[in-house]
Amino acid sequence: MQGFGVAILTQVIWAQLLLLGWARASELTFELPDNAKQCFYEDIIVGTKCTLEFQVVTGGHYDVDCRLDDPDGNVLYKEMKKQYDSFTFTASKNGSYKFCFSNEFSTFTHKTVYFDFQVGEDPPLFPNENRVSALTQMESACVSIHEALKSVIDYQTRFRLREAQGRSRAEDLNTRVAFWSIGEAIILLVVSIGQVVLLRSFFSDKKTTTTRVGS
Amino acid sequence: MDGWFFDSVLLGCVVSLHQKVPFHFGKGSLVKMVALKMQLLLTFPLLTVMCSLCSALYFHIGETEKKCFIEEIPDETMVIGNYRTQLYDKQREEYLPATPGLGMFVEVKDPDDKVILSRQYGSEGRFTFTSHTPGEHQICLHSNSSKFALFAGGMLRVHLDIQVGEHATDYAEIAAKDKLTELQLRVRQLIEQVEQIQKEQNYQRYREERFRQTSESTNQRVLWWSIIQTLILVAIGFWQMRHLKSFFEAKKLV
Repeated sequence: MQGFGVAILTQVIWAQLLLLGWARASELTFELPDNAKQCFYEDIIVGTKCTLEFQVVTGGHYDVDCRLDDPDGNVLYKEMKKQYDSFTFTASKNGSYKFCFSNEFSTFTHKTVYFDFQVGEDPPLFPNENRVSALTQMESACVSIHEALKSVIDYQTRFRLREAQGRSRAEDLNTRVAFWSIGEAIILLVVSIGQVVLLRSFFSDKKTTTTRVGS
Repeated sequence: MDGWFFDSVLLGCVVSLHQKVPFHFGKGSLVKMVALKMQLLLTFPLLTVMCSLCSALYFHIGETEKKCFIEEIPDETMVIGNYRTQLYDKQREEYLPATPGLGMFVEVKDPDDKVILSRQYGSEGRFTFTSHTPGEHQICLHSNSSKFALFAGGMLRVHLDIQVGEHATDYAEIAAKDKLTELQLRVRQLIEQVEQIQKEQNYQRYREERFRQTSESTNQRVLWWSIIQTLILVAIGFWQMRHLKSFFEAKKLV
């Protein structure tokens, strides 16, 4: 009884998702420690067009391994040490798709990875809109402006990520220069004083040995 | 998302399925049918609430593991995060739909490492915050492992959805509240998008200034360091020679 109810519930959920042509766009930025692998899963309906886009924001050589599997475990996309890529596919079966980012080849650099996983088309502004009816000119102008602005926002995001890369490198360089200059000053002083002390020690204790006087 | 629409669709689905149900049950199973219908009807509000996460992205998290996500946002931007957790049931070998008593601790830090949100939510929750300074905000989640036995080597499945800025606005709600026509709503959406682009560009100007400051600072440091290093070297050279000379003179070697 309980099992049957759960089975119906599952079917209802899938049916509802199918009816609505569920659309999602998930974009996340997360940190991937060295030798780590992080996987994300998403339940997708058959026939939905999906896009996975990722970019490495900070860390090392800005590369990461990415892998996308379908519910049966077949590899749909696999790239090693990629800095940025965009992959579009149409789901061929219902189920849970898995994509993983791996930093296992790196020994000590943490990477920050941004990804954007778009499932299906954007939800319409009016859920009960009759898509068959023609839009007025104003409305179709609005729609085209909306699409153009969406691509502007997209480009802005990509630009922001590239700029974050450059900025983190610059800040890294700044701190490294600071540490290195202080460190080198200390080393210089230590080495020079050490040289003098060592040289003095060659001459100070040897009372028995004859001192050679250069003439 | 439009809750009423979901409910009506769901009702339609269940009613159509319900029509087929009598064929599976025999005579005298009216009580069972009613119980099933009640069970399904009771899940409507639950599904509507959870529907925003029905097919959200999910990942696995360990018991004491802390997962952090970074959101680089301009100031005065609203961020809404929805999450849902499921615990792996070893006996049934599947993820339970909802586990009471399982909570998630959400912590949000602003770019200056100041905590702006630090709250514990239930196994399913929604957190909102608005940024006051532009920059990298960090959203961290970890489970409160008070119920140690619950985990027992299993993983927790977390569904997460974070919406930033314009994506966070609910247009259906705005349309209903301000009573806007379709065209007005579209224009409102365009206005919101343009505002977001403006904010992002302001933020970009601020970031570029920071970048420039960092580069200038590095430039200054390298310049000063090379001058100082040369001076130190020369000074040390002089000092060494002078000191050794006086040392050897004292030793009557020179």
